Amino acid sequence: MSIFECRNLTKCYNNLVAINNIDLSIESGQIVGLLGPNGSGKTTLIKLANGLLKPTEGEILIDGHKPGIMTKSKVAYLPDRDFLPDYMSVQQLVRFYGDFYSDMDFNKAGEMLKSLNIPHGMRLKKMSKGTKEKIQLILTMSRNAQIYFLDEPIAGVDPAAREYILKTIISNYCPDSAVIISTHLIADVEAVLDDVIFLMNGEVVMHSQAEAIREKESKSIDGLFREVFRC
Amino acid sequence: MEWIFEEGIPIYTQIVRQLKLQIANGTYAPGEKMPTVRELAIDAGVNPNTMQRAFAELERDRLLYSVRTIGRYVTEEKEILNGLKKNMSNRFINELFVNLKKLGMDEEEIKAAVKEWKTEEEI
Repeated sequence: MSIFECRNLTKCYNNLVAINNIDLSIESGQIVGLLGPNGSGKTTLIKLANGLLKPTEGEILIDGHKPGIMTKSKVAYLPDRDFLPDYMSVQQLVRFYGDFYSDMDFNKAGEMLKSLNIPHGMRLKKMSKGTKEKIQLILTMSRNAQIYFLDEPIAGVDPAAREYILKTIISNYCPDSAVIISTHLIADVEAVLDDVIFLMNGEVVMHSQAEAIREKESKSIDGLFREVFRC
Repeated sequence: MEWIFEEGIPIYTQIVRQLKLQIANGTYAPGEKMPTVRELAIDAGVNPNTMQRAFAELERDRLLYSVRTIGRYVTEEKEILNGLKKNMSNRFINELFVNLKKLGMDEEEIKAAVKEWKTEEEI
């Protein structure tokens, strides 16, 4: 059974169709890129998977279950904006996550934080944007979840921070879980991806293996993306 | 080492090529234990499944062999290693000929040019 599945999934905001009749299936052990221009439905799809939005039609399943209290124990979610109380220190945040999620792995968090070289007592609001993004990612990846949704994890950070974030994702790879990364910064992430999904106007226009695209099209994913979404 | 990937070519084939070069030139010496898939994937910044695929191809070519639960090692078989070197040098020479023929040189001219060739320091 797929860890993530959409069947005839549709989401409308009043008259706007954000997700239009999507069928999608993702297996464990994959790092998948959810790629599309702004407004193509990436964040809406991720919010549906997390139960923050309800489908207008069709269904979305995490390990066979509709998003709800049960699936929150299997899904680790990194939103595309600041979402943590910024008065908290790193140490408090790690405990905070431990209180919420039984799959929080304190050793993993400790290892990753050690490599960042920041004092554990430092408060979130004192940190630079890049460091904040790294902390948010570390908290998300410290869980032993079955599926990770990372919404724009590298947007707005410098190239060195991008590399750190991507290497953190690679080093946490586990064959028993799936990672879904939404981004429009394709050139930066493409080497990390097994599969790519192109979203356009709320529809899946392509779902393919990254290596197969390079082989068949003799193009990078970034190159193909620019072609498909040329204005 | 620095990993550089070209666009529009499967990443695993590029990894295979770079690792073959490092096995041929002894960066990974005969009998040496290879880093794990995860270590090399992190180092290269690529998907671990891609690195795994590259390793599988090197194993199929018998350049690497795996010892269950311990890890992967570079082959110590001279024949295989010599074959690899021969293969790669042939490919480089072939590229040289292809490029120089594009310049309008024929084989005799190329061979003569190679004989007269000096490194930049010598010039």
